[in-house]
Amino acid sequence: MFSLIESFRSAISSVRAHGFRSFLTTLGIIIGVSSTIAVVSVIQGLSYSINQQFEGFGSNSISVRSFTPRSERLKGKIARITPQDVERIREGVEGVEHITPTLGSNVGGTSSIKYKGIEAFGQVAGSTYTYQAVQNIDIKHGRFLSYSDNQTRRKVVVIGEKLREDLSLPKNPIGEYIFFAGEWLKVIGLAEPKGSFFGFSQDNFAVVPYSTMQSLNGNLLEPDIFVQLQLKNLDNLEQIKGKIKRILRKEHRLKPGEDDDFKIETPEQLTSGISDVISMLTIVLGGIVSISLIVGGIGIMNIMLVSVTERTREIGICKAIGAKRHHILLQFLIEAVVLSLLGGIIGILLGYGLGMLASASIPNFPPANVPLWAVGIAFGFSAGVGVLFGILPAAKAANLDPIEALRYE
Amino acid sequence: MSLILLEDICKYYYMGDQQVKALSHINLTIKPNEYIAFIGSSGSGKSTMMNILGCLDKPTKGRYLLNEKNVSTLTQNELADIRNKEIGFIFQSFNLLPRASALNNVMLPLVYKGIPLNLRKNLAKEALEKVNLADRMDHIPSELSGGQRQRVAIARALVTQPSILLADEPTGNLDSQTTQDIMTLFDELHNEGQTIIMVTHEDDIAEHCHRVVRLSDGQIVEDYENERKLANV
Repeated sequence: MFSLIESFRSAISSVRAHGFRSFLTTLGIIIGVSSTIAVVSVIQGLSYSINQQFEGFGSNSISVRSFTPRSERLKGKIARITPQDVERIREGVEGVEHITPTLGSNVGGTSSIKYKGIEAFGQVAGSTYTYQAVQNIDIKHGRFLSYSDNQTRRKVVVIGEKLREDLSLPKNPIGEYIFFAGEWLKVIGLAEPKGSFFGFSQDNFAVVPYSTMQSLNGNLLEPDIFVQLQLKNLDNLEQIKGKIKRILRKEHRLKPGEDDDFKIETPEQLTSGISDVISMLTIVLGGIVSISLIVGGIGIMNIMLVSVTERTREIGICKAIGAKRHHILLQFLIEAVVLSLLGGIIGILLGYGLGMLASASIPNFPPANVPLWAVGIAFGFSAGVGVLFGILPAAKAANLDPIEALRYE
Repeated sequence: MSLILLEDICKYYYMGDQQVKALSHINLTIKPNEYIAFIGSSGSGKSTMMNILGCLDKPTKGRYLLNEKNVSTLTQNELADIRNKEIGFIFQSFNLLPRASALNNVMLPLVYKGIPLNLRKNLAKEALEKVNLADRMDHIPSELSGGQRQRVAIARALVTQPSILLADEPTGNLDSQTTQDIMTLFDELHNEGQTIIMVTHEDDIAEHCHRVVRLSDGQIVEDYENERKLANV
């Protein structure tokens, strides 16, 4: 312990004595660590923001949507969740807090909306008052859809900020009428802007009551419905999933052995798919940058070997006045570790800066986020590199013969 | 009681197939507070003698008792311990650490001895005061004159209060005036009770010593008391 402190002192003074050389030596580690941290911080920022997006779904909700297996699609069949399916689920499944069917005007695409001769395109959905909680919508002006809006098929609409701008509606658009699918709808609410996600605006939407949408879509024969169910508690999640599956298979007249033409998803399933990709990405990139750390380590070993040769005489002096093997070993080993840790620290700071810079310079990219574990790993890894590549030069120094070393010119 | 007892010490080297007898069958006793010089021309074996006495090297054959302890069979680490505690080295080329201040140079042996920092500093300061360098302790060796560097080296040798001061041509790199100063310092140290062993090829340096051992071809050819010096005491 005691000689450890002494070794640190001597290591730091030696690193300072060769300032520029020490900097060049640590450059390999600096580059390795900073690129690790930069890459990890950007990926983690991404993953953090994706998780934030999914949090809106609520952890005790499950969603049901239609899914056409590839083989069916080739035959030209398109699967749908029908209003009748929704009713069957509503009647047949217990333990559901509320059920939020969402009816797209034109699934996956956008619909034309007009206001005073201006036309804009947005995603129009028909849903119920529970949609607000499920989609995490905050209201800026007016109100969201109510229960009675749906019951009485009111021709009302709640719009997003982007759509308001595109239609040149007033800042407070409550009470204005917009034209959609052959009907005039009264604007009763404006949602707080959510910003954009990967360059796609999240505020380019309009929500009308579910029943209103049904009547607007009257001529559309088979609407496809996306259903979200808020569960009372998560304990019977599997039971409920099973129940929904049985109901839908029966409704869709699927024979045993035929694939489901729908998908029941939990938010965990959605996020875990993305986290899988992200962790794969992290591992692959981590592997690449750890190679650069090894290269940095070899640089340190090289300079330490030079340093041992240069200081052969000093080592001889130290041995003559009583240094034991472990004193010399520790001194050089700690010098290598100090060098690589120095590189690690500079690398962490630099990498953090680079990550910030990268995510700031890409428009609409989520901010970088450096997790503590990445800092810990970078720090530990650079210390490890120091020990690994410092041990050989240090052993060489410790094993020098004092007489030979003293004679060295 | 003898401080050093050499019994039938031999040291052989091999240069290729050729065996070189650096020392052969040396028997010698050195008592505490002796002031002894080993003299001889180059190749006489005096460097090997110094290495063995200083526990830097082990004899091929024979027994070396230091303070009645057999050191000829110790391991490298045990020898390092003996060098640290029992022996103070002074070299011809001073052998100070170039980047360390005088104070840090003097403190170094105490680091290996495991002395805590504060005590170490005090002991090193005392040693530097003893060689009249208290005002230069923050200077690094390149800022000091040759004589001052050798004083730092002497302070470093003294700081552990060793049994033996072992000086290898201590004035070889110094001018005549500084040589006189350094030799006076050795004389004073001897008067204070320090055992001093000197290795030199200069007769006027050996003049300072009370006992002179002349080596030639690895053997002791002369071992005499310095009458004039003894008469002065």
